Amino acid sequence: MRVPLSWLKEYVDIEIPAELLAEKLTAAGLEVAHLDYLGVPQTMVEGLRYPKSDHLVWDNQRILLGKILEVMPHPNADRLVLAQVEIGGGVIEQCVTGAPNLFEFKGAGLLSSPLWTAFAAEGAEVWDGHSDEPKRMILKEKPLRGIPNRSMVCSEKELGLSGEHEGIILMREQPHDASGKPFAPGTPLSEVLGDIVLEIEFTPNLARAISIYGVARETAAILDKELRPPPFDVLMEGATIDGKVTVTITEPELNPRFTFALLENTTVKPSPEWMQRRLTLVGQRPINNLVDVTNYITFEIGQPLHAFDYDKLKARAGGKAPHIITRLPKPGETLLTLDGQNRVLDAHNILVCDEEGVLGLGGVMGGSDSEIDENTKTVLLEAAGWNFINVRRTMMTQKLHTEAGYRFSRGVHPSQALLGVMRGIELMRVTGGGTVAKEIYDNYPLPPETVVVKLPTSEIFRILGVKMSAHEAQNLLRRGGFLVEAQGDVLHVEVPDWRMDIGTGVIGEADLVEEIARIYGYDAIPDTIIADEMPPQWANAKFQREEAIRDALAALGLREIVSYRFTAPEREALLTAPGMPSVLPEGAYVTLANPISPEKSVLRKSILTGLLEAARLNARYAERQFTFEIGAVYLEHAGQDLPDEPRRLGLLITGKRNDPAWMGTDSGAMDFYDLKGILEDLFKALHLSGVTYSRAMEGSFHPGRSAQVNVNGKTLGVFGEIHPQVAAAFELEGAVLAADFDLAAVISVMNELYTAQPLPLTPAVQQDVALVVKEETTNAEVEAVIRKAGGQLLKAAQLFDVYRGDPVPMGFKSMAYSVTYQTDERTLTEAEANKIREKIVKLAERELGAALRG
Amino acid sequence: MTDTLESLLGEAQGALDAAKSSEALRAWELQFLGKKGRVIEAVRSVGTMPKEERAAYGKRANEIKVALEAAYAEREESIKAAELAQNLEAGEIDVTLPGRPVNRGGLHPSTHTLRDFYRIWSTMGFQVYHSREVEDDDTNFTLLNFPPHHPAREMQDTIFTTKPNVILRTHTSPGQIRGMRELGENGTKPIRIILPGMCYRYEQITARSEVQFNQVEGLCIGKNIHMTDLKGTIAEFAKAMFGPQAKVRFRASYFPFTEPSMEVDVECFLCGGQGCRVCKYAGWLEIAGSGMVHPVVLQNGGYDPKAWSGFAFGMGPERITMLKHGINDIRYFWANDLRFLEQF
Repeated sequence: MRVPLSWLKEYVDIEIPAELLAEKLTAAGLEVAHLDYLGVPQTMVEGLRYPKSDHLVWDNQRILLGKILEVMPHPNADRLVLAQVEIGGGVIEQCVTGAPNLFEFKGAGLLSSPLWTAFAAEGAEVWDGHSDEPKRMILKEKPLRGIPNRSMVCSEKELGLSGEHEGIILMREQPHDASGKPFAPGTPLSEVLGDIVLEIEFTPNLARAISIYGVARETAAILDKELRPPPFDVLMEGATIDGKVTVTITEPELNPRFTFALLENTTVKPSPEWMQRRLTLVGQRPINNLVDVTNYITFEIGQPLHAFDYDKLKARAGGKAPHIITRLPKPGETLLTLDGQNRVLDAHNILVCDEEGVLGLGGVMGGSDSEIDENTKTVLLEAAGWNFINVRRTMMTQKLHTEAGYRFSRGVHPSQALLGVMRGIELMRVTGGGTVAKEIYDNYPLPPETVVVKLPTSEIFRILGVKMSAHEAQNLLRRGGFLVEAQGDVLHVEVPDWRMDIGTGVIGEADLVEEIARIYGYDAIPDTIIADEMPPQWANAKFQREEAIRDALAALGLREIVSYRFTAPEREALLTAPGMPSVLPEGAYVTLANPISPEKSVLRKSILTGLLEAARLNARYAERQFTFEIGAVYLEHAGQDLPDEPRRLGLLITGKRNDPAWMGTDSGAMDFYDLKGILEDLFKALHLSGVTYSRAMEGSFHPGRSAQVNVNGKTLGVFGEIHPQVAAAFELEGAVLAADFDLAAVISVMNELYTAQPLPLTPAVQQDVALVVKEETTNAEVEAVIRKAGGQLLKAAQLFDVYRGDPVPMGFKSMAYSVTYQTDERTLTEAEANKIREKIVKLAERELGAALRG
Repeated sequence: MTDTLESLLGEAQGALDAAKSSEALRAWELQFLGKKGRVIEAVRSVGTMPKEERAAYGKRANEIKVALEAAYAEREESIKAAELAQNLEAGEIDVTLPGRPVNRGGLHPSTHTLRDFYRIWSTMGFQVYHSREVEDDDTNFTLLNFPPHHPAREMQDTIFTTKPNVILRTHTSPGQIRGMRELGENGTKPIRIILPGMCYRYEQITARSEVQFNQVEGLCIGKNIHMTDLKGTIAEFAKAMFGPQAKVRFRASYFPFTEPSMEVDVECFLCGGQGCRVCKYAGWLEIAGSGMVHPVVLQNGGYDPKAWSGFAFGMGPERITMLKHGINDIRYFWANDLRFLEQF
C-alpha cells in the first residue's frame, strides 16, 4: 500500500527523516519496499544504506505555486493559449501553453475564481513531457509562434508526479497547509505538493495496519508518540433513519454486524482537491465525491464502505422502506457484479440482498442494480463486519480481488463499521451537501468478546531470554494501545479491538510476548549460545552413505545433475522400447491438479528421463557426458493417501571415451564396458562384496548389452546400453550407457567395517593361461572354473585378452587370463604353479570343452 | 698365465673407454664383471692354476678386478653426468602445451551448499532429518497453524494433486511436525535437527522464481530455549558460512508457525555492507526466515507449550549459492547444462 508521509503526519508527529522511519517500520515488520519521492530531496541518514533515488528534485527558487488569473487566446495559434500566472510579490508571468484543460477558460477575461497550478521559471529543471523515455530538460527562453516564452505551467509528468501529460496541474481551490492556512502564490511547490510515499508490504497478520491511520498507529507505537485519530463526529439534522431501512442478518457468524447511515438531498460532484490528491497518491482514481469518500475511508481507517442509491432500493421495494437481508445463496443464484461479470454463486458466498434479489457479494463487491450514479440524491451508506476466512474463500472461488475484499479477508473488527459509517457519511455531507438522518441503523447480533490475556512476566524471559520488569513490559504494550494492569508478576492485558491477531490463553501469551519484543526492538535482544542440554546424537547411516555415493561418483569423473521432479506420462512412456512391457513401476502417477505446464503434469516414476533429457540438451555442446542423479521417484501406493518416495541412483555416460588432445587419446565411442568399468570402481569404493552380473531384460535397454547387478541375492539395479529406439525417442545419437539403481538397495549392502587385507609375506607367482572356448561361454564361467581349480593358492585371475580368428576356429574364441598364485605359508615354486595351471586346463576341458591355446 | 690376465685387462680397459652410454656400460659390466663375466671367471679360475702360480695369479686377478671395478665406477659416474647434462639440455619441451585431459567429476552447486549447511549445523548439534515431499494439507498447513482458508496460506502458492488434501510440500516445515512426533517421544525429549529437501510452489519459472527449490529447515526444542539463543545460533552460523566478519540483523516478520517471527539479513558479503547491485544498495541480504516455535505447533508436535520452547529457521540453499557465486538466474539450477555445472 502507498502511504503518503503528508497524510500519515495528520495522525502522528514524525520528526525523523522518512528514510529512518522506513527503516524502523521495516524492522517492526511493516516492510517498506520503496520510497517514492515527489519533488523533495532524499535525505542521507548516517549508518543507513539505500539506493540513490534519481527522481526530480523541485528547485525551490523556480518551481512555485502559481495562480492563473486569466487565460488569453494566442494571436497566432488556435491550439495555444497565454496563461497569466501570478507567482508572488505581485509578479505576473505569461506562459504559452497548449494545455487542453485551460481551453475552457480561454478569453473569459479575468477568472472569477482563479486556478492554481505548478509554475516553473526559466532555468528550472523538469522532465521532458514530450519524451517517451525519462529525459530531463532546463527551461530556456524560446518564443512560441511569435510570442516570447521563458517559463511554463507544468503537467504531472513534467514534475515527476505521474505519467499524466494530457493537461497541466490545475487546482480549483487555493491549497492550504495541514493547519488550514492557505499557501500564497509563489510558495515553493515542494511545500504544497512535495511528498514522500512509503510503499509498504503487509504480511497477513498486519490486517490492522492496512490503512493510513493503521500505519500511523504502528508508527506511534514504534516511535513512542501520541496518536491523533481522525474526527468521527457527524452533523445529523435529518429525520430519524428509523423505519427507512431494516436489515435481517441470517448468518451472524459470517456477518456479525451491519450498519447504515442515510444522507438525503445531496448532490454528486467532484471531491475537494485535498481528497482527490490523497486518493491519487495512494493510487485511486478520483471519480465523484460519493465514490471517493468510500475509497477514502477504506484507505484512511481501513473500513470499506458501500454506498447504495436509496431511491433505487426503494423503487425495488415497490416504494416501501427497503429490507436488506444478508444470507447465503439459493441454488443456482447469480449476481451481476460491478465489474460487469455475471457470477454463479458458491454455497459459502455471503450475500447482501433485498427482497427482490441479490445486491452484492458481502465484503467483496457490490452489484450493479443499486449503485449510486451521478443523479443520486439519497445515499444509503453501508459499513458492515464480515468473517475474514469466508471473505477470503469467496475471493478465491470467485477469483475476485478488490480493495474491500483485501481488507475484509485479512480481518476488520466489526467495531470499525460504526466508525467508518460515521466518518463516511459526514464526509459525504461536507463534500456534497444534504442532510444526514438522525441515528445510525445498527444491527449487531454478534459482537466479539473483548480479549483479555493474563501474561506472567516469567513467560517473557522463557520465550525471549530477556529479563524484563512488569513495569517495562506494561509500558511497551501500552504503546501498542493495550490496556495493561500489573497484578504482581502477572500482566492483565485487555486487547484493543483492532488487534484481531491476538489470541487467547497460551496463544495470546505468545502473541503478547511477540508484541513486547517487536516494540522493544529485535536488535536490542542480545545473542546467547544455547545452554540447554544437547539432545542425543544418532548415526544417520542412510544419509551418510548417500553422500558417500555422491563423493565416489564425483571421484570417478561423473557430474551430479538435479532434474525437475515433474514430468509428463508421455515423456516417461518413451523409456520403454516399442513392443516391450513397460519399465515403469505399476500404479497411478502422482498427478498435479494445477500443473504449471503440460510437460510438468505429474511427478516422475523414473530417474532416467531427466538424465536422458539432460543428455539431449548437452549433446549440443558436449562431445562426451558423464552424469548422475540421486533423488526420489514417486509411486502411488494402493490403500495409502501419500505416495512412496523411494530414492533412485541414475547414471548416464555417452560420447567419446576421452577428450581429444594434442598428444592423441583413445577417442572412440564409449560402450557397455566403459560404464561397467565405472560401476566396478564404484562398487569397490563402496566396499560391496559378492557383486554379480547377469543378463537383463529391461525395456529401456539393449537386450544384448545390459546387465542386472546383484549382491547376495539382492538386485541393485540395471545398467547397459540404452535401447536404440529409446535413445532415438529422446533424440540421442550413438551409444548411450545408463544405469538405474535402487538407492536403498545399494545403501543396504554398503559396508564401512570392511576388513583391510594384510600385505603378503611371500612373493607371488604369475602365469598366463589362454583357453580356447566356445563363443557362448562367458567370462564368468571361465573365471569360475579357474577359481575352482586354483583353490586356496589362487589369488587373482584377470582376463587380459579375448581373441577371435586364425588359428582359433570359427565359433570359438581365445580368452587369456593372467593368473596369480600366492600363499603366506611358503614361497611357491614354478613347478607348483605349473601343476595348478594344469588343473585349470583339465577342469576347463571337462566343464567348458575348452582347450589350452598352443 | 698372468699374460692372459694382462691382455684381459687391456681388452677390458679398451672396451670400457669405448663405452659411451649407460647401455654400453651395462653390456661391458655383464661381459667383464657380471656373475659370468670374464674377469670374475678369471678370478674364479685360480683353482685351476698350477699350485706354484696360484698365489701370483690370484693376487693379480684380484688386483685387476679391483682396478676394473674402480674404473667402471668412475666411468659410470662420468657417463651418468654426461647423460644427465644431455637430458637436461635436449629434454626441453613446450611447457605451454596443454596437459593430458583428466575426467573430473563434481557435485551439483546445491549439494555443495547443502553440505556447508550440514557441516556447520552439525557442529552445533543439529542432525539431518529427512521428511517426505508429497504431503497432506494438514501437516503442511493446518498443524503448522495455517487454518483452512486462512490468508496466511496466500504466502505460499500451492501445487495440489488430484487427490483431495494431498499436495506437494510448499516448505520443509511439515517435517517439523513429523520430526517432533518421531523423535520427541511424546514431547519428552529435546530435539535439534535440520531438515533439508526439495519444496514446491505454484510459481512461474523466471530468473527469480522456481517451481521447485531446496530448503533447509532447522528446529531446536528444549526446556530452556530462548529467542536470544536463536539470535546467537544464527549469528554463529552466519560467521561459519560467510566468514568471521559476518554481521546479521533481525527484522520482525510473520510466519504462522513461529512467534515471534523474524527475517534474518546478513551484511552483504560482496560489498561489505557498502551497498552494491546484488544487495540492491541496502547493504543487507535476506538469508533466512526464523522464529520461536508457535505454541500451537509445539502442541501439535506433542509438546506442552508451557514447559517447552524452541526455535526454527529456514534457508534456501539455491539463494545462498546464487549470492555466493554471483548467479543471477535461478533457472540454471535444474536446467542441467554441463557448462554451468562444471564450474562447481
